[in-house]
Amino acid sequence: MTVWNVAKNAEAKSMVITAEFKTAITNVWQLWADPRLLERWWAPPGFAATFGHHDLRPGGTIMYCMSDPNGGDRFDGTWNVIEVDAPTRLVVEDAIVEDDGTPSDGNSMTRMEIDIEAAGDTTRMILTTHFDSLEGMEQAIAMGVAEGMRACMSQIDALLAEVAA
Amino acid sequence: MVVESLHRGRQTDRLFFALSDATRRDIVTKTLDRERSVSELGRLYPISLTAVQKHVEVLVDAGLVSKHRSGREQLVRGEVSQLLRAHTLLDELEAVWRARLERFEDVLDETTGRKSE
Repeated sequence: MTVWNVAKNAEAKSMVITAEFKTAITNVWQLWADPRLLERWWAPPGFAATFGHHDLRPGGTIMYCMSDPNGGDRFDGTWNVIEVDAPTRLVVEDAIVEDDGTPSDGNSMTRMEIDIEAAGDTTRMILTTHFDSLEGMEQAIAMGVAEGMRACMSQIDALLAEVAA
Repeated sequence: MVVESLHRGRQTDRLFFALSDATRRDIVTKTLDRERSVSELGRLYPISLTAVQKHVEVLVDAGLVSKHRSGREQLVRGEVSQLLRAHTLLDELEAVWRARLERFEDVLDETTGRKSE
């Protein structure tokens, strides 16, 4: 199994996922640093991702769009690059933008920190995601899951627990 | 007690019925972050204000939102705690990232496999 550990903090609206890969650090870094590779794994199944702009320098931006090839949903995203220390650390802040590139109404910043380190003969990737608001989390989920695939059973369970309490 | 379990069964029915509609689920989500007036909710969906009011009533019956008056406005507030919502969202986000990391590993295997050829 790739995912090694998941730590969630509801109060801080943050999540840390640690994954391990049996390969060199530079190979893992390459999947973030090369837009052609990034677009092969970022979008959910059924969506085509295009990273049209990929300036991996502090102060630079990474712009991408994800579209449903059948002409359905389309999402545009921009990451502001905060820190780059190849091949071990990348920090971006995520803003979802309108078609003209301006931030969407009500959108809040999501911060994503990627740390890559050697762990014996494997490479460990630690992803820390922090959200400012629940709406920001919802946006991130909506962009990560193809339309119609989102299971609401976990929500129903949670709501039932709340009502029964 | 039978009466109690019957009551709970009805409450569960109301809850499932309330959550069976996408617009109603969205109203719960929208009113959890902050209170919204019925007229504000009406502008969010391509349905009549009366239809929105009916949805809100169903949600009130299910205990998912509460309604109170502020001046001329009817305000709707989601009644599921923020923290519970955050827990649920984090679970969903974990699922998103697990799937994404599986794709990550697939691409990694393909690229490093090619390099070693």
